[in-house]
Amino acid sequence: MINVTEVIETNEMIEKENLDVRTITLGISLMDCISSDLDTLNKNIYNKIYDAAKDLVKTGEQISREFGIPIVNKRISVTPIALVGGAACKTKENFASIAQTLDKVAKDVGVNFIGGYSALVSKGMTSADRLLIESIPLALSTTDVVCSSINVGSTRTGINMDAVRLMGTIVKKTAEATKENDSLGCAKLVIFCNAPDDNPFMAGAFHGVTEADKIINVGVSGPGVVKTALEKVRGENFEVLCETIKKTAFKVTRVGQLVAKEASERLGVPFGIIDLSLAPTPAIGDSVADILHEIGVEHAGAPGTTAALALLNDQVKKGGVMASSYVGGLSGAFIPVSEDQGMINAVEAGALTLEKLEAMTCVCSVGLDMIAIPGDTKDTTIAGIIADEMAIGMINQKTTAVRLIPVIGKGVGETVEFGGLLGYAPIMPVNSFSCDEFVNRGGRIPAPVHSFKN
Amino acid sequence: MNKTIITVVGKDTVGIIAKVCTYLADSGINILDISQTIVSGYFNMMMIVDMAGTSKEFNTVADDLEKLGTDIGVVIKCQREEIFDSMHRV
Repeated sequence: MINVTEVIETNEMIEKENLDVRTITLGISLMDCISSDLDTLNKNIYNKIYDAAKDLVKTGEQISREFGIPIVNKRISVTPIALVGGAACKTKENFASIAQTLDKVAKDVGVNFIGGYSALVSKGMTSADRLLIESIPLALSTTDVVCSSINVGSTRTGINMDAVRLMGTIVKKTAEATKENDSLGCAKLVIFCNAPDDNPFMAGAFHGVTEADKIINVGVSGPGVVKTALEKVRGENFEVLCETIKKTAFKVTRVGQLVAKEASERLGVPFGIIDLSLAPTPAIGDSVADILHEIGVEHAGAPGTTAALALLNDQVKKGGVMASSYVGGLSGAFIPVSEDQGMINAVEAGALTLEKLEAMTCVCSVGLDMIAIPGDTKDTTIAGIIADEMAIGMINQKTTAVRLIPVIGKGVGETVEFGGLLGYAPIMPVNSFSCDEFVNRGGRIPAPVHSFKN
Repeated sequence: MNKTIITVVGKDTVGIIAKVCTYLADSGINILDISQTIVSGYFNMMMIVDMAGTSKEFNTVADDLEKLGTDIGVVIKCQREEIFDSMHRV
């Protein structure tokens, strides 16, 4: 039988160390909504999502109540809209009308975000893909909770450099279209290489075409719990350090598994995966950078940071896979800048640069995330940064992503405030040398060789 | 069997257990186990109870106990047992 110390340990994790379930994400296929008539399509989409998700928030809150564990976000992911809207949408405005439908239904069912305003163009773009991508600035500036993601490369197909170049421009245009809100639109736009079909985290969630009609995916969190556990093993060797991270990740993941199972049963929707990510928030003590500090680097970005992050990421996975039979999504440590107070401090102290962040993304999940850059950064420079990050994913057979925010009207030394879970960020300098000729070549970077690994 | 863990944390005063137990008895909730400990000067009590016999909703019991706790100056939480089981048992 459970004893009092175990109960106290669990409740301290929840109350003092910010243990939470970060998100329950309901994936919904919109394939059966397709129509060549735009009004019918919008109506079908609204009805299907509303019916599937009307009890999601209520169920999440009840589970939270019964187990005493906060469930921070309830979200929806849908089939990439470029696939769904292709037959009906002939203009950018047509596509944006679907974004507005998604925004409305998401607000009506009360979820925090809806993801899937997406296109998968890792090898080539259809005319619908291109239209959707071109509609992103309009879609994100006329909606509040819609998130967009574009997959521009994969280990199997290489990198679609035409799409990379286009996304450099689209990121900039989205920043322009939302400049009244410090270019907030770009916080809802992510560019992927090797995007997973079952990621529950925003802004990159979409419901892949390989998935069932409906599915529940759960993202766990808990950087604060890992940090507190590590405080107790200061000065110990790496074996003890790794054991501690593994055990903690196991406990955190088991809570996610329980919540996922309950949500799946109550909503009558199959359980998909647990995403084992350490996702920070701007709250004090809920920081991945603080874990790196606890492992032994003065600030995130100091020499040793990449190694510390690599071991952290690997141990989280080792502990987590034991705790759930189905692990998927992004699964690793997130290193967003604006959402992590420790990262912000590191940037402000001059310890953390864009280049070091890029190195860190080689060993952790996702990539250059929530990084504010000067508003006058060139489109081609943004495309170059995207290309670099995509190459890391392609060669290392991992997911990488870019979520950059060129803040229009602001420059290095200023800060930008996004609010809520998105936090605030100091604007970081970008290497100003040109990559125009590289980015403007056009075409694709071929898929890498799958042998001769070095 | 529908096991729930009730935790009471706060400054030790006379009658905490009595008041919680009276409420549980009146609601038809059976107590399976009680243990308590003092952690850094704070009274920590844990009860394992069986909610199968009560006609009250989980939320009602949780709300009532939370209010009772506020009245006597302690924090009372109700949580289903599975969260502790899944975290601490393989």
